Parts: sequence; C-alpha cells; structure tokens
Amino acid sequence: MRLEYFEMIDRVVEIDRTVGTILVRSTVPQASPVFEGHFPGRPLVPGVLLTETMAQASGYLLLAMREFSRMPFLMGVDRARFRDFVEPGAELEISAELEHEGSGYAVTKSRIVAGSKRIADAELRFRILPFPAELDHLMRARAGAIGLAVGPA
Amino acid sequence: MSSTFETVAGIISETADIPRDKITLDSHAIDDLGIDSLAFLDIAFAVDKAFGIKLPLEKWTQEVNEGKVPAEEYFVLKNLVARIDALVAAKGA
Repeated sequence: MRLEYFEMIDRVVEIDRTVGTILVRSTVPQASPVFEGHFPGRPLVPGVLLTETMAQASGYLLLAMREFSRMPFLMGVDRARFRDFVEPGAELEISAELEHEGSGYAVTKSRIVAGSKRIADAELRFRILPFPAELDHLMRARAGAIGLAVGPA
Repeated sequence: MSSTFETVAGIISETADIPRDKITLDSHAIDDLGIDSLAFLDIAFAVDKAFGIKLPLEKWTQEVNEGKVPAEEYFVLKNLVARIDALVAAKGA
C-alpha cells in the first residue's frame, strides 16, 4: 500500500471472472504522510481510505471481467461499516464480489479482514463508462504490477 | 400496470427524495421530476432488484441520444412501467 498515491492493493491472490469474485492482499505501511494528520501520535488508516481500498478491489474485478474494455467509476457507497481500527503494519485481506450487473452500472459487496478480525464492509456502486484513452496504459500497468493478468491493449 | 406503477413510484420517491404525490403516470422522470442520470442509475438498480430484470438503460440512452426514439418513450412513467411489465413478462416466458 502507498496511501498517499492511492495504491491500495498490493497483490491479487485469486480472481474468478466468471462468478465475479476477487481476493487481494495489502500491507499497511509503517510510515505515511497520511499518518501525520490521522492522527498525530496515534496513526490509523482513515475510513475513507478503507472505502477506497474496497472500491479498488471491486474496480479491478470489474475491469478484469470486461477485459479492460470499460472502466468502472465509483458512484455510490452504501451500508459502509468500519468495525475496527487499522494501524501501521496491518496485513489486510480484501474480498469483493459482484452483486448485480446492470446496464451501464454494477454493484459489488466488499469486505476487509485482518486475520480473524472484521475491519470494514460496504456495498459499492459503479458507473461503467467507455475506457478513457489516457488511462488505458496506466490501468494496465498498475494491474500488471499487482499480478492481475491483462490481455493486449 | 397499477401495481408496477406503485412499486416504481415508491422507488423513485425514496431514491430521489421526491414526494410520492408528485409522481404520476404522466410524469417525465427527467423533465418533470428532475431526476439526473446518476439518480436514474440508483432507480434502475432498485427496479432491477424489485422486478428481477435488467433495464436496458444504455440501449435506451443511446437510442435517445441518436434521435431514434423520443425520450418520452422511456422516461414518461406510464411508458417506463409498460416496459418494465414487458421485461417481467419476457422473463417468465
């Protein structure tokens, strides 16, 4: 994880593009500028970044299911719950599953656990739009870096 | 149709925060009720779930944008309700 760069996913552990599930892992860094403000002397990963982490896990799932032909953009967060604190060094396991495939949108359910502890969960809604040309290369490179196999551009 | 309309009107009211009594069969979702495209996706999700269908929103939007079909055909509620009923019937066929 590089919180300040919004690189929330370290590696993809498994993905099922047919069923619509993904499991990824991330390690919270020991140090980050984010912790200088949240909070001084008591570093905790902000809930908004945990939401982003679930959104990115879901986003890579949706990207992979479309073979990077269309891009999901987060449009809604429902029933988000943050059940425990996340401190530097925490090992996170993030799962996401496709809840509903709509026309021009998709809904996922995602959760974060650390060991046996439930950390966070939410229902996330994405608008599915044509892939912005300027993002194609970047998204493929980032997906490759976390171990998500992508086809040719 | 009335049962479908009641369900759809309830969804619109709750999702878009529009008083239920302002929603009629002749309401245009965009022009009369002021529902934007993002809010309509929320409504579509609730409709998809409630009826077990998939509203073909992208196809409809494309047809309207290309001038092939007037927006009223899809976004006036009596027409929307008729299309939902047709999708439900097709699902059960």
